[in-house]
Amino acid sequence: MAQRLVVIGNGMAAGRALEHLIEADPTAYDVTVFGAEPRVNYNRILLSPVLAGEKTFDEIVTHTDTWYADNRINLVKGREIVAIDRDLRTVETADGIVAPYDKLLIATGSVPFIIPVPGHKLPGVVSFRDLDDVETMRRAAAGGGRAVVIGGGLLGLEAAAGLRMQGMDVTVLHIAPTLMERQLDASAGYLLERELAGRGIEIRTRANTHAILGDTHVTGVRLDDGTEIPCAIVVMAVGIRPNAALAKSAGLEVNRGVLVDDAMRTSDPTILAVGECAEHRGLCYGLVAPLYEMAKVAAKTLTGTDAAYVGSVTSTKLKVTGVDLFSAGDFAEAKDREEIVLRDAARGVYKRIVLKDNRIIGAVLYGETADGGWFFDLMREGRDVTELRETLIFGRAYAGGAPLDPMAAVAALPDSAEICGCNGVCKGTIVTAITAKGLGSVDDVRAHTKASASCGSCTGLVEQLLAVTLGDGFKVSAVKPMCTCTDLSHDDVRRLIVAKELKSIPAAMQELNWKTSCGCHKCRPALNYYMIANWPGEAADDYQSRFINERVHANIQKDGTYSVVPRMWGGVTTAAELRAIADVADKFQIPTVKVTGGQRIDLLGVRKEDLPAVWSDLNAAGMVSGHAYAKGVRTVKTCVGTDWCRFGTQDSTGLGIKLEKAMWGAWTPAKVKMAVSGCPRNCAEATCKDFGVICVDSGYDLHFAGAAGLDIKGTEVLCHVDTEAEAIEYGLALVQLYREQGHYLERIYKWAKRIGLDTVRNLICDDADRRKALVERFVYSQTFFQTDPWAERVAGTDAHEFAPIARIPLAEAAE
Amino acid sequence: MNAPFPSLLHDWTDIGHVSDVPARGARVVRFGAIEIGVFRTADDRIFAIDNRCPHRGGPLSEGIVHGDFVTCPLHNWVLNLATGKAQGADEGCVKTFPVRVGEGGRLLLDVGVVVGV
Ligand code: SRM
Ligand SMILES: Cc1cc2nc3c(=O)[nH]c(=O)nc-3n(C[C@H](O)[C@H](O)[C@H](O)COP(=O)(O)OP(=O)(O)OC[C@H]3O[C@@H](n4cnc5c(N)ncnc54)[C@H](O)[C@@H]3O)c2cc1C
Ligand code: SF4
Ligand code: FES
Repeated sequence: MAQRLVVIGNGMAAGRALEHLIEADPTAYDVTVFGAEPRVNYNRILLSPVLAGEKTFDEIVTHTDTWYADNRINLVKGREIVAIDRDLRTVETADGIVAPYDKLLIATGSVPFIIPVPGHKLPGVVSFRDLDDVETMRRAAAGGGRAVVIGGGLLGLEAAAGLRMQGMDVTVLHIAPTLMERQLDASAGYLLERELAGRGIEIRTRANTHAILGDTHVTGVRLDDGTEIPCAIVVMAVGIRPNAALAKSAGLEVNRGVLVDDAMRTSDPTILAVGECAEHRGLCYGLVAPLYEMAKVAAKTLTGTDAAYVGSVTSTKLKVTGVDLFSAGDFAEAKDREEIVLRDAARGVYKRIVLKDNRIIGAVLYGETADGGWFFDLMREGRDVTELRETLIFGRAYAGGAPLDPMAAVAALPDSAEICGCNGVCKGTIVTAITAKGLGSVDDVRAHTKASASCGSCTGLVEQLLAVTLGDGFKVSAVKPMCTCTDLSHDDVRRLIVAKELKSIPAAMQELNWKTSCGCHKCRPALNYYMIANWPGEAADDYQSRFINERVHANIQKDGTYSVVPRMWGGVTTAAELRAIADVADKFQIPTVKVTGGQRIDLLGVRKEDLPAVWSDLNAAGMVSGHAYAKGVRTVKTCVGTDWCRFGTQDSTGLGIKLEKAMWGAWTPAKVKMAVSGCPRNCAEATCKDFGVICVDSGYDLHFAGAAGLDIKGTEVLCHVDTEAEAIEYGLALVQLYREQGHYLERIYKWAKRIGLDTVRNLICDDADRRKALVERFVYSQTFFQTDPWAERVAGTDAHEFAPIARIPLAEAAE
Repeated sequence: MNAPFPSLLHDWTDIGHVSDVPARGARVVRFGAIEIGVFRTADDRIFAIDNRCPHRGGPLSEGIVHGDFVTCPLHNWVLNLATGKAQGADEGCVKTFPVRVGEGGRLLLDVGVVVGV
């Protein structure tokens, strides 16, 4: 008589194992399958299309009732096994049915993980695991309203996309900063987020669920920050746990999952386990490819053939129609890696291959995934790809064709994208002029459209438009790229950030075809500046892309201590301020107190941990950060002017203080220093500053583009104005123009030389409307940046910057 | 991570949670007079290296983290976080320490046995 095989769980692993068993020997066993679900076996991974309404349940059934009958398999539906008696070799269902076995196969899968926040048991909170869940969701969707999906991983996003297609409003709450962070890097995560947002799915990253709200049914979700989102249903898709409780209570060895050997045997040789419930060589899997391999091995073991499962390398795809995404490999355990990145903004493509010892260990593909399988094969085989390396990223079909088009970013711009900021000329106008009027050079374009006719920052883009429009007939001049991560110049990057409305560093890197996944110390600070300068209040300031000085708001010294320079408006101080500075120096044993070249006092040698306390004391005496560390507005030097000096013509001290009060806190491409002298004797040295004012009887002579550092350069005259208010207005306009056009780390004198002194004069002086608009943009931006960074940090911002994460006592570690 | 095979030879000390270290950032662990920089990359890998730049002792934990590298804040040497080696033309190397992410995202650091600090 055939032996009795009992299978617990009628899911994907069980189905596959039975197929292999029947194929190998249909008479070896009398098979009984117990399934907790009240239905035949189906392809679980296709529940997403069922939810989305793209498939029906019948279409995803893998084993029909007829199949079980034909193969003489006894399927017991809707009955859960609650106990295994290993001595008697029986299993028992909840309603008391007992079935004997000679061999037992455990295939109980996983259970969804439910975060135990208040309200998690309310009706309307569902997981996404089986057909019942899908039916619950579809019923909720029929009632309309909003669904909140907790978890921005594979399952969560498939649920979100499905519910959206069912007509619900959908919000995804994800705890990490980017979606699917375990499978994707930030760039691919950004593309995915953009795609889903484009479908009307709201994505909230860094969102921590505090509670699920409702009395008798879910009515909403509250986040840690207090935000409440009303909703009709909450889908929890935060993860799964191997379903090993039954095996554990039967005394089998269980860690995270049921422990199995290479033959898929548990610690009891009559019992096997396969699928997500099993743990093999320390790993539990959550995808089908491994369990197919396990099923094959289990069938062999059951029929007495030697076979060994050696573990799987897995790859992921997101099954949301229209989203092409592939990820394989384990980035987490890599060391000494190299990466190859290809971005094609025009087509929304991002590809990243991670190599170690010339072998692929990971790959992320977005937008174009056809080569996923090929990379995956190379990866699994552990092939040495040295010879393929140059063209590897272009995929299998690449046969020496054209490499990535450096002009893709410009080609992809919509016609409405503004190319020339000075004259407000957009792409469509330029391209039309080129074709309609037969233009063939940048000069032609300037003459006909005014684009690139003023500051010239957009010359590179205009050339690229000529090339894109005229084809090979036009040769683009070589530009100096910002750094090795890109082929684009600072100008191009600045203009494209505006034209394409790129509001985050990952967005800029993707849309502008960055060649690295995370930039470098040259481009990241520059991009961060361009972000906050162009989109004040909109783009987030990325602190990790700032140099240490700007991150901790003090200047790092050669021994790792810091210097602290409080603002002294216009170089004027009081006895009380000096006393407070002296007290701070004593209290924190600050070794050096020095008068700077910028008319203020520097406290040097402050320990990093003391910074917040030092600032707190200085704040208490009314002093704020002097930004002596910033690519930003530094000082306004003044002389004593009409207040005291016998030659003074205007209130130079007062004007200096007004300028400093208007401008402090502004971030600029490089530092900005100013001065106001009360007469042409120029005691405040205004003629070597970025912006300088010389007071005269008839008003104010405005100067700009001086320097006294690496280069010594006297200023140029900007113009003469009659009133103090005008002096301030012109100063603000100048600094704003520079903020909008300067390359990162380029001082005003270099910027002015690059675009032409007369151009600056024209842009500032000739057009009152333009000047007023510049001032308005400056003032608007200041509403976000004129907060004392010291006070913020005293209040707790970025506290992690100032304290070690841990102190390990010597004794403990030396034991 | 520096230690793919956690073994009994390691003396792990719990130094905090992964989320205590900003992504593309670093924190410092004080061990007597020694400072160890604990770095977290954009994709959440963790590395630990001596916090002194081989050039002139710059505090590496204050640098900009990009890919698997950190740029020293003092004179822009670029160091590989996994190997501790300086990149490009610069020559030098810092000590690396085994560190790993344990149960529940805890950070475990092995400072090794240091004699005569
Ligand atoms: C403290 C001070 C020297 C002093 O003891 O007087 C000083 C100190 C530093 N200067 Fe300066 N500069 C100081 C006035 C000047 C001046 C004079 C002035 O502002 O009137 C100049 C020439 C004017 C000019 O900038 O054109 C000056 C030209 C420079 C330069 C060259 C800049 C250039 O573009 O050519 C640098 C290097 C840089 O920024 O890249 C520099 C950089 C530095 C740095 C920030 C070096 C660094 O990166 O660590 C020093 C920081 C020391 C600290 O921790 O406080 N410092 N530095 C002065 C602070 C002024 C203030 O109150 O904010
Ligand atoms: C919506 C969704 C989309 C997915 N998409 C993909 C994908 O694109 N690619 C991919 O590789 N993987 C995907 N997966 C994962 C894949 O479905 C699982 O890896 C696979 O189904 C696991 O198979 P299994 O047999 O181990 O468990 P399951 O298929 O879950 O089967 C276990 C069965 O056992 C039953 N059971 C549990 N305990 C008992 C008991 N005590 N008595 C009786 N019966 C019991 C359960 O009810 C269940 O029917 C997806 C999963 C879901 C939910
Ligand atoms: S020289 Fe002119 S500016 Fe200088 S102190 Fe005298 S009056 Fe004032
Ligand atoms: S000390 Fe690090 S680069 Fe000089």
